[in-house]
Amino acid sequence: MSLQTDAPTTADSASLPVPSRPSRLPWVVVGIGLVFAVLPFVDVPLPGVFVGELSAPGTLQILAIGLVFAGLAMSYDLLLGYTGLLSLGHALYFALGVYGTNLLLLHTDLHYAVAVPLVLIGVGLVATVLGSIALRVRGVAFAMVTLAFAEALHVVVEADPLSISGGEEGLPLGSESIPDIFVGVVNVRWVYWVALAFALAAFFICWRAVNSRAGRVWQAVRENEDRVELLGLVPFGFKLQAFTIASVLAGAGGAVYLLVIRGANPQVASVLFTLNVIVMVVLGGLGRLWGAALGGLVFGYLSMRLPGLARAGVFERLPDWLEGPLTEPLFILGTLFVILVLFAPGGLASLIERLGASKGRR
Amino acid sequence: MSLEVFVLLAVTGLGLAGLYFLLASGLSLIFGLMDVLNVAHGLFFTVGGYAAWLVMTRVGVASVGLRFAIALLVATVAGLLIGAVVERGFIRPLYGDHVTQILITAGISIAGVALLGGWFTYDPQTFPVPEVFRMVINVAGARIPLSRLITVGSSLVLLFALLAFLRYTRHGLIIRAGVENRAMVQALGIDVQRSFTLVFAIGGLLAAIGGVLGAVFFAGVTPEIGLNNLIFAFIVVVIGGLGSVSGTALAAVIVGLTQQFVNFFAGAGVGDLTVVALLAITLLIRPQGLLGGVPR
Repeated sequence: MSLQTDAPTTADSASLPVPSRPSRLPWVVVGIGLVFAVLPFVDVPLPGVFVGELSAPGTLQILAIGLVFAGLAMSYDLLLGYTGLLSLGHALYFALGVYGTNLLLLHTDLHYAVAVPLVLIGVGLVATVLGSIALRVRGVAFAMVTLAFAEALHVVVEADPLSISGGEEGLPLGSESIPDIFVGVVNVRWVYWVALAFALAAFFICWRAVNSRAGRVWQAVRENEDRVELLGLVPFGFKLQAFTIASVLAGAGGAVYLLVIRGANPQVASVLFTLNVIVMVVLGGLGRLWGAALGGLVFGYLSMRLPGLARAGVFERLPDWLEGPLTEPLFILGTLFVILVLFAPGGLASLIERLGASKGRR
Repeated sequence: MSLEVFVLLAVTGLGLAGLYFLLASGLSLIFGLMDVLNVAHGLFFTVGGYAAWLVMTRVGVASVGLRFAIALLVATVAGLLIGAVVERGFIRPLYGDHVTQILITAGISIAGVALLGGWFTYDPQTFPVPEVFRMVINVAGARIPLSRLITVGSSLVLLFALLAFLRYTRHGLIIRAGVENRAMVQALGIDVQRSFTLVFAIGGLLAAIGGVLGAVFFAGVTPEIGLNNLIFAFIVVVIGGLGSVSGTALAAVIVGLTQQFVNFFAGAGVGDLTVVALLAITLLIRPQGLLGGVPR
């Protein structure tokens, strides 16, 4: 007799890393951080990879976006990769960081360094309130609710009932209250360093968090929430904690992103933006911080570079039906994402690890 | 508020409700049966809209009415096919892993929107509609565009067709039983997996027809039209209760009317916010939704 059962698939749990022994990862990240930090002084051209030298403003701009996305992706990894919370509303907190900071800069005399902490406190409060409503439901319903909240902000930002957010046009950066070193093309490297600092800070905060006692509970909730409850712990509080930390980090990312692209654009509040964040994390590797960071960097790089390639006429010889989609970075990234999910569920990180493992065996 | 304004708003709100229902019913069934949140569902809607646009602007049939009939047929078939293909090609290989299934539908959605954007640009594409859609009739002194009523009527017809299918056919019986208790149906030796493809195909079909009507309703189709409406469809599904078709229909009417009336009287965007607030209230008071069964 054959009885169909939902056999546990290996794809789910095997692709996630085992709880680690003391790891060298933080030192590796410090090393990579140092390499990134000196890039603005390296006048080496990398033809094809970047236009101009590594130290050129255009290159640093692309890298800065990649670094912000890396930090953002790590913050999302706390939710999906470590706690198993599928949020479709991460864009909300990122957008609060972008718009909140910009509005404070435009309408008050606060310094950037004062405005950002204030905004982050606000983001933390909003995340606590909305998180505690959304976490009343689990799984897919949670995803839908977070999505609805995010869409609410998107609607407000676009419809702009109070005439403060600039509607669909967006809101240029209030540059009067920005320190001079962040203004102008010459000073892109300072913005780049802020982005780098954000990415590193995000990594170390997430690293500390997931290796703390609470972080272990998050991972237990991801594996089996009922069992956590059975052991006498209340998952709700732990989930809310992960949600709030991830949201505040996303808000901080938004505040830095504002500096990088010098303005607030309603697109950062849209569902599509959240879906992009998911693509980053899964592309890089779910449940591994460095994987998520890698995914963010790759996403930022490709989404900025592919339109440039298209403008340079790389795809011009192709037939029209192929050229159109190929000039859309999201088409390539989305397709890559689908292929990876089907054939390498651990993302780029698992491919790299597999490569490393096969080398080690030899 | 004068009666004319009231009637106009009500009919428009009901039209919107119809579109939400066409999107949300498929979502709700897919979720009820398979626990999959199909983020690519908005894409099915969009594909319907573009299929209609392509037929209306490229097919050389002189009569607009006939062309529209062809457009509806093409969109229906396209929706059926894309639903079945997504299930067979992308959902089935990941069977048993719900989160990854949801993620892959998100990827399909992104790639699909960009693909359509690459082909047809992001500008709204409009097409000629049959004369009957542009007619205006008088109801209680209000001049109601007939296209709104057609949207409402078509959605009602499809609602009853769907309910009849679920109630009176064997496939419908299996789907209803599967929503109730999938493991039990499997234990009785019935291949539920075959129904998975079926609900995706039905969902694709309904969404694609919604896309055709939506392209007329919103006066044009854009690559993001499906995703934008999907958000409200999600809200409808949660308020109505996951897996319940009648709950979805009820919630669609509530959401559509609320949105339309509040947007008109309190300013653009406020209605959308009210709908989100409705969702939050539903979750706080009745997390399983209006007509949902056991809380999940």
